[in-house]
Amino acid sequence: MRDVAIIGVGLTKFGERWESGIKELMAEAGLAALEDANISSKDIDAIYGGSMTPGRFIGQEHVAALMADQLGLGNIPATRVENACASGGTALRQGYMAVASGMHDIVVVGGVEKMTDVSTGEATTALGGAGDQEWELFQGLTFPGLYALMARRHMHEYGTTEEQMAAVAVKNHENAYHNKYAQFHRRITIDDVLNSKMVADPLKLLDCSPITDGAAAIVLAPMDVAKKYNDTPILIAASEQASDTLRLADRESLTSIKAARIASQKAYEHAKVTPKDIDVAEVHDCFTIAEIIAMEDLGFFKKGEAAKAIEEGRTAINGDISVNTSGGLKGCGHPVGATGIKQAVEITWQLRGEAEGRQVAGAEIGLTHNVGGSGATAVVHILKRVN
Amino acid sequence: MPKYRIKVEEIARVWGEDAESIKSGLNIFEKSVPGIDEDSATIAVEAARRAIKHAGIDASKIGAIYVGSESPPYAVKPTASIVAEAIDASPYAMASDLEFACKAGTDGMQIIAAEVLSGMIEYGMAIGSDTSQGRPGDALEYTASAGGAAFIIGKEKKEVIAEIIKTVSYVTDTPDFWRREGARYPSHGGRFTGEPAYFKHIINATQKLLEETGLKPSDFAYAVFHQPNGKFPMQVAKQLGFTEEQIKHGLLTPRIGNTYSGASMLGLAATLDVAKPGEKILVTSFGSGAGSDSFALEVKEPIEEKRYAIEAVEKMISEGKIYVDYATYLRNRGSIER
Amino acid sequence: MEKSPADLWRKVRSRYILLGNMCENCGARYFPPRLVCRNCGRNSKMKDLRFKGTGEIYSYTIIRSPPDGFEDLAPYTVALIKLDEGPIVEGHIVDNGKPVQIGTRVRAVLRRIYKEGDEGLIYYQYKFEPV
Repeated sequence: MRDVAIIGVGLTKFGERWESGIKELMAEAGLAALEDANISSKDIDAIYGGSMTPGRFIGQEHVAALMADQLGLGNIPATRVENACASGGTALRQGYMAVASGMHDIVVVGGVEKMTDVSTGEATTALGGAGDQEWELFQGLTFPGLYALMARRHMHEYGTTEEQMAAVAVKNHENAYHNKYAQFHRRITIDDVLNSKMVADPLKLLDCSPITDGAAAIVLAPMDVAKKYNDTPILIAASEQASDTLRLADRESLTSIKAARIASQKAYEHAKVTPKDIDVAEVHDCFTIAEIIAMEDLGFFKKGEAAKAIEEGRTAINGDISVNTSGGLKGCGHPVGATGIKQAVEITWQLRGEAEGRQVAGAEIGLTHNVGGSGATAVVHILKRVN
Repeated sequence: MPKYRIKVEEIARVWGEDAESIKSGLNIFEKSVPGIDEDSATIAVEAARRAIKHAGIDASKIGAIYVGSESPPYAVKPTASIVAEAIDASPYAMASDLEFACKAGTDGMQIIAAEVLSGMIEYGMAIGSDTSQGRPGDALEYTASAGGAAFIIGKEKKEVIAEIIKTVSYVTDTPDFWRREGARYPSHGGRFTGEPAYFKHIINATQKLLEETGLKPSDFAYAVFHQPNGKFPMQVAKQLGFTEEQIKHGLLTPRIGNTYSGASMLGLAATLDVAKPGEKILVTSFGSGAGSDSFALEVKEPIEEKRYAIEAVEKMISEGKIYVDYATYLRNRGSIER
Repeated sequence: MEKSPADLWRKVRSRYILLGNMCENCGARYFPPRLVCRNCGRNSKMKDLRFKGTGEIYSYTIIRSPPDGFEDLAPYTVALIKLDEGPIVEGHIVDNGKPVQIGTRVRAVLRRIYKEGDEGLIYYQYKFEPV
């Protein structure tokens, strides 16, 4: 298995992109990534595209082929990857495996979701497919509902408070404020979160990531040719993935995502690093409680201690560990299929020193954590700067 | 019986009517209101499950299930099959839905009794269940309520808690109260629903029963009459020679409203909760359209060991009540929705 | 969340009487029922098992932003119930005035979970009532 590097990244502005359909979003991100890699569209050997449910949002399937088509990539193999909210991270891993194995040389991995053409009720229904449709969604147990069940249990087992959960949203909005690609450029307070409309007790509107349109793309190449394209190629030091039961009710615990623990443990082993070595992380804060649980699953804090640490500001930019510098899913937005790719884009910028207005000083090792559904899939990547 | 209640005062408030005169005129104070996720099928299932627990038999032995209702969830698709699956009955049981306004439940009792007596089945279950509606602002709105009861009938002496000595019916074609297919609310003939309908049929059926059994009103410890309001049963009891004391245990409408197909059966269930072995009970139901089924029952020894094996009717009526306002009542009834 | 008549019918016994199953090979109990035991894979020996429907609340939430079709019910309480026999199951909590918190004992009752407008099917399923 050879080393794989990120040689180019691209992102669209995240938000309610009324003027752009899915094709425009794909092209915008893809083009930006090809520009960044300074590579011709004719040099791409394969594409992996992540999108959770374009079929339900806009009636369009077959989206990886569409990506290849929109970018003029030629008749290359194009593969749609779907793992609910971890579609992007999974696509990244598929691309990584293709290059690492020697099967392909230059690979584009993209992620996209066009969510705003449908009503909130329809979007809630579509997103519910990330869970078990027969026993969770069938009863009107929505995606926020699942995380609310986890939050209630976390509060019961560890004394986590609604104020501590709110602190996650406040931090991520603060970070997003400096990110020109983010959906929100609005600072919020703990009170703003606590006073926002209840969605699924105890999660309020500002505890939940928004509905967002957006796309992200990354160009991968074998490390030994990466320098041809970019002065600061970013090494994918680990790419790990794990799965767990689909139903939340079948899990061993409501307060930890086992798939994330397994994937991250394998990632640390493979990259030969420990949680303390991570300078910057993009984690899956689909809801504020998810970031708290992630901090514990990824080994950054002991079980039951992450909430307090976040509240104390230890995960702010240039804190003990800088978490969700992009604004996370909450502040930057969550176009479902794009998020996993966007996370790696942000880490790449951080490691290259290109994260304008939100740079983590001396960032050398970064981590991305992308989760599908209430935890049935988790994908963890560790990225390293190599010079 | 659903836990929700709405008071006469609350309904009268909305329509600008005099609560006190309605309460004294109809002898009713409050009625039951189904939860937004309840219907006559869920009520039938709950009643059926309690009946099985009370009887202490295996549901797979039930040979027939009849559900009487005038508010079934479907016009075509039986409630009886839902009940059968929900109690894990054998797929080889006979099953059907019955309609005869408020006497559909007692119709089921007659049919099951015949099937058991003939040896066709070992046990059968008759259910009367309704979530009846009154047109908003109509007099019926004060009384139309929700509830249901189920009886399991068999002939094993050591299991029988009350024996059906005799049953007769009296049926004529009388247009006192009806609802067309697809119509949301029923219509009725006002005062015509009294003497030519309710009173005529109950009196004729009961008198025939007394004649055929040779029993007199005083031979009965209790009497249960169909109860569209709290007044009619008192009046018909008097006309037939029964006392207020005899009907008081089985007269539930003042506190829960008229549960339609469930009414006479719930009245009987409440009476059985207190009746002693050897005592006789008269039950005469009435269904618009119109007809009455009259039963003479004698309470048997096995009732003692089964008494209160399930929640007593009195407890269901008086405990855990949740009062709702008129708007919530409309919402629960599906009259207003998002 | 609409279902075809066939899809609905497949699970009717589970939805009405909490019919699950257990693996006779290792003793693991499952609700909802599954074809393959998580522990035993190819050595699974599945047998029908009916659950009593009694248990206690393990976690709960109140859904205020409902998916399509649940607008008329919202807000509604959904919980994870730890059944006495072991498995954890999702279910609505029936409002009966009793307090809802982690640890509250509950029992299963049949209620309407959904109806397809005025002409479609009505779906019934267990919900849980605090006792």
